[in-house]
Amino acid sequence: MTIAVDRKDFLRVVAISGAGLSLGLEMASAPADAAAPAMAAPPAFVPVAWVEMGNDGLTTVVINQTELGQGITTALSMCVAEELDVPMSSVRFRISPAETKYYNAAWHGIQTGGSRSTPSMSPVMRNAGATARAMLVSAAATKWSVDPATCSTSNAMVYGPGGQRAKYVDLLAAAAALPVPAAVTLKTPDKFKLLGTRQARLDVKPKTNGTAIYGLDVKIPGMKYASIEKPVQIGGKVASFDATAALKYPGVRKVIQVPSGVAVIADNTWAAFQGRKLLKVTWAPGPNAGVSTDTIYSKARLLSKTPGVVLKTAGDVAGPLSGKVVTASYETPYLAHAPMEPMNTTADVRADSVTLYTPTQAQTDSQKTAAKITGLPLESVKVVTTFAGGGFGRRGETDFIEDAVYVSKAAGIPIKLIWTREDDIRNDPYRGGTVSSMSAALTPDGKVTTLKHTMVSSSIVARAIPFLMKNGVDPLAGNGMTNTAYQIPNQLVDWHQLDVAIPVGFWRAPYANSNTFATESFIDELAHAAGQDPVAFRLAMLEPGSRPRNVLERVAKLAKWGEPLANGHAHGVAMGQWDEGWIAMVGEISMPNGKLKVHKMLASVDVGQPLNIDGLEQQVPSAMIYALSAALGGKITFADGGAVQKNFNDFTVLHMVDSPEFVIDIVRTTEKSHGAGEIGTPCVAPVLANAIFALNGKRIRTLPLNDSLV
Amino acid sequence: MVKLTVNGTDHNLDVPDEMPLLWAIRDVVGLTGTKFGCGIAACGACTVHLDGAAVRSCVLPVKNAVGKKITTIEGLAPIDKPHPVQVAWVAQNVPQCGYCQSGQIMAAVALIERHASPTDQDIDVAMTNICRCGCYPRIKSAIKTAAASVKAGHVA
Repeated sequence: MTIAVDRKDFLRVVAISGAGLSLGLEMASAPADAAAPAMAAPPAFVPVAWVEMGNDGLTTVVINQTELGQGITTALSMCVAEELDVPMSSVRFRISPAETKYYNAAWHGIQTGGSRSTPSMSPVMRNAGATARAMLVSAAATKWSVDPATCSTSNAMVYGPGGQRAKYVDLLAAAAALPVPAAVTLKTPDKFKLLGTRQARLDVKPKTNGTAIYGLDVKIPGMKYASIEKPVQIGGKVASFDATAALKYPGVRKVIQVPSGVAVIADNTWAAFQGRKLLKVTWAPGPNAGVSTDTIYSKARLLSKTPGVVLKTAGDVAGPLSGKVVTASYETPYLAHAPMEPMNTTADVRADSVTLYTPTQAQTDSQKTAAKITGLPLESVKVVTTFAGGGFGRRGETDFIEDAVYVSKAAGIPIKLIWTREDDIRNDPYRGGTVSSMSAALTPDGKVTTLKHTMVSSSIVARAIPFLMKNGVDPLAGNGMTNTAYQIPNQLVDWHQLDVAIPVGFWRAPYANSNTFATESFIDELAHAAGQDPVAFRLAMLEPGSRPRNVLERVAKLAKWGEPLANGHAHGVAMGQWDEGWIAMVGEISMPNGKLKVHKMLASVDVGQPLNIDGLEQQVPSAMIYALSAALGGKITFADGGAVQKNFNDFTVLHMVDSPEFVIDIVRTTEKSHGAGEIGTPCVAPVLANAIFALNGKRIRTLPLNDSLV
Repeated sequence: MVKLTVNGTDHNLDVPDEMPLLWAIRDVVGLTGTKFGCGIAACGACTVHLDGAAVRSCVLPVKNAVGKKITTIEGLAPIDKPHPVQVAWVAQNVPQCGYCQSGQIMAAVALIERHASPTDQDIDVAMTNICRCGCYPRIKSAIKTAAASVKAGHVA
């Protein structure tokens, strides 16, 4: 099918016959990008769903992960180009439609999150590139009547044993006629030309000239703009409303009630926003009436003093601790995700179909949501994934999809549904607040014999993916506690589900982002209780030659740990993990006039075989800056069931002036590749708390740090 | 009717006087490179130039832009002949999600026009735009490269 579009020269919508829709996200790093055709010619050679080779000499890599800024479109394109032996300058990408042939096996659908894109899709994309290459070699070998094994490839050419040579572009038709091989051999890492090198992002140009299309930039024929007035109290409902004044505002067309509030439909975004201000809505209280930060934490603190369900146990943890006993409690606040692009979706709900144009991290769930609301089958819901202005887990939710579908369905026209920043901050499935109660026993010579950690947190899994709960246990709740590398003979981690109706969601490095503050602060406290250096104390608990020990040794060396710093400066250290990736971090701080100043953050990171070094050098500091925002001043508090903070004036985030120097050390290894979107986040807060203690002996056990320093 | 001059082209818009310039540019003129981030001039995603000065268009009523030269990211330079700031952004792979970058670039261009060789402090003071991906180190570095390039005469 073909969709007519508002033909701005910077908005390209490509209609692909019979294959659903793809927004104008095709691009190459080659000069060709500026001149990419509005209508794509059918590719000459499509060996697998992920690779399309055209007679123009360009290879289009089809990506089933959302580009949230993490650089996955470049990294996965590199995987194809590596095995296919084509230069990156001839590679472009497009985001796949949400069809079953593009499903990610790790998600049983299409979804982006948890740093899962790299481990789940990099092997698939390498295999796709190798498959295409094998078929091109086979086509050339047949033409030359030689054994394919005697041929080689380089730079989009096949070379034969007798000096024959053929360009890929001249072999496409012959290759397309061949059967797809069942198995192919991947390159060994020593043969890599691209993976582990520094490559330019394929999406960099459109992101510097205003042509990149995000969800908020979508425009389709007949579309109106809508925004929904929502209750301040989370979970509140509309009791009644009066739209008389709103309907008089120029450009306001219609006002309708939807499940999440009252929608104002207008000719432009501003009119929709103004219409909302003119509504008179009476709200009925919901399950969060009377809930405040105090009520939540009072409940959590009480729970933290009692045993919870066991997440991990090792050795002998029965009975009271003996020897030198250390105890401490830690608290972390609720946090909003606050990606730069507010939540939005353009929905075109028709009698027999739905099309969603959306910056989603959860295409399949979005389809399910629209199908459920409209009663249409899943296949009738098309998803056109745009660039996303940040995600951090927020766009894995479907609340903004629901809003758009309900409004378009009720209005009978295509709707661009836009949340304000206030809607975003006040209706977030937040990073939940936590209380951790820790205790440990040390021998006289400072060895940890027993470590106990009682954690109280709300369960994201129970809310978002309840079928994964097992006997009341959230399988992810222990992330950052149960999977530390420390060799401590007796360990107990138990957990209380904090049952409050404030929704909690996956927020960069879910669970570990709060749990690690407790674990790594407490380890530091134990080091000081034992009279030992915090790095040496940790190294003594790490298996010699292991990957976690390696990153700690490397960052300590890089930071010149233990050597004198500038007057009034101090170092703090922490380490952590995500999947099978490891990180160790050192931060350098000072406190001029009692105010925390972060000067330098150093990290050594081992996420297996690196894909794009430049991407890792972006992602690790990216996660660290996201965590700095949270550690220094980030908090959401509640009064009568609603968030007190509203926008970037009171939900404070890091600005350039407070951004420290970063030194990122990437471990070169050929272990399995893992993602790097999360791993930089969890260690930042404990690094800073530990540095503050090193500086002035003040132990901060409650985040954000700036509140505790007052 | 409000008459606006955007990237050298006049537009007669049937919008209320108080409509912020951002929404007139995005929804009515149809240039979507300028972004909405907060609506209270706190994040800078909506930064455009008004007679060459960086302004936050999400709180600027259109009536205050009448008779002034409005430049958006689309009007900064031809697509095939980018501004030195854009060149530096590409060379250093600055963007991640990219959503704030139009505003960052417009703020950086205005800064360089005021300070030919901005110091770290000049950059910290001028660049108050929020980036949630944390591109700050590369933004700072790219501004210095771009400033040096402009000074050397590579003006777009």
